[in-house]
Amino acid sequence: MKLKLKIWRQENVDTKGGFTNYEIDDITPDMSFLEMLDVLNQRLINENIDPISFDHDCREGICGSCSLFINGRAHGPDKGITTCQLHMRKFKDGDSIVVEPFRAKSFPIIKDLVVDRSAFDRIQHSGGYISINTSGNTQDANTTPIRKEDADNAFDAATCIGCGACVATCKNASAMLYVSAKVSQFSYLPQGQVEAKERVLNMVKQMDEEGFGNCTNTGACEVECPKGISIKNIAKMNREFYKAKI
Amino acid sequence: MLISIFKSSIGKKLLMALSGIFLVVFLTQHFLINITSVFSEEIFNFLSHFMGNNPIVQFVLQPILIFGVIFHFVMGFYLEIINRKSRGRGYTRYAGGQNASWISRNMIFSGGVVLLFLFLHFYDFWVPEMNYKYVEVLPIDPDRYYEELIHKFESPVRTSIYSVSFIFLALHLLHGFSSSFKTIGVNSKYYKLIKSFTFIFSIFIPLGFIFIAIFHNLMH
Repeated sequence: MKLKLKIWRQENVDTKGGFTNYEIDDITPDMSFLEMLDVLNQRLINENIDPISFDHDCREGICGSCSLFINGRAHGPDKGITTCQLHMRKFKDGDSIVVEPFRAKSFPIIKDLVVDRSAFDRIQHSGGYISINTSGNTQDANTTPIRKEDADNAFDAATCIGCGACVATCKNASAMLYVSAKVSQFSYLPQGQVEAKERVLNMVKQMDEEGFGNCTNTGACEVECPKGISIKNIAKMNREFYKAKI
Repeated sequence: MLISIFKSSIGKKLLMALSGIFLVVFLTQHFLINITSVFSEEIFNFLSHFMGNNPIVQFVLQPILIFGVIFHFVMGFYLEIINRKSRGRGYTRYAGGQNASWISRNMIFSGGVVLLFLFLHFYDFWVPEMNYKYVEVLPIDPDRYYEELIHKFESPVRTSIYSVSFIFLALHLLHGFSSSFKTIGVNSKYYKLIKSFTFIFSIFIPLGFIFIAIFHNLMH
């Protein structure tokens, strides 16, 4: 495959970035999108040009590191995947591909396609935990019966990998899907009830302080979420928030 | 503690949702009165006279309604500005249509058209009404409302503008009505029912208003 690439290059957070065009061939349809970038980077290194920086780690769709906004969509033109799970067979020979970083004021660009998603960490630190001491006094799981529906909902919410695709794709750069998943995974379970009020209040407060936008229920986030987190969690978080305030 | 809800992003969304639902209730009442003009001049005159002269409607409900309308629009534009700032630099290529409906992504546009329509609507009906009652203080005439209504829709241009505006109102309601319940926190088995009701309401009510406008244009 031969491709035309238009890739965002930016030296650091303080510099003004811009697009650079590249042409690349010898790409096979079985390569992942990140492997295609590896091939391009190897060529740039051989030409003594600074390679393109992009986030990646497990390359198995688990860690949530890889970001990239490809041809107008978070993680590229497919549903329920991370960028490392996007394969070149989704493109045609001769295609032009625009690659941008996730764009949100709360996700400043560090270099090229790498963005700082530590706002998510700060939200998590503000309440995304339980403080039950489990060392030495762990109870058997069956001593606390939990409804199957609640257990399923909690588990589904807990599959969020914090990749930031929800923020990237939302027209408002809202982080509500992420925050609601982190709130819901605890609020469905009895173990999460102890700090339920503080959790939702602190996490929403931190989310607002980070400067994310407001959810307008377009549903784009759940379409692009690689783990299929449902926006039902946002309604759940709203209820938890009102309960905590009232 | 309760007031502090509204300082948060979720609280601001809640205010949008509640003011939107309030306007939907008003819209329903407005439609139910207007549709009588198609069937009975007497009933329409009676209801309009009641609404125009009842002190509770005039001096309690009307100011609340005007506040609700202004609040919904101001809050909508305010949140739109905040949301746009949250993005910062926009994408060069953004395939929004791949993952969300045009209607849900363009509430500010459909809302803006409805706002422009409201200026015309107030100019057509509300301003002359205020002038009649409180500026010129003309004698009470319980039979004038039907004539005033049909006179307005004699113009095909005005009828067309009203009809197009109601299409944008339908688009706005199609997303806004059910979305407001999600913001309130409704996420149960009833949500599917709300979605179905939203679809029927959002098509039926604006279509009904269009019917009233075209009916009076053609019949008079």
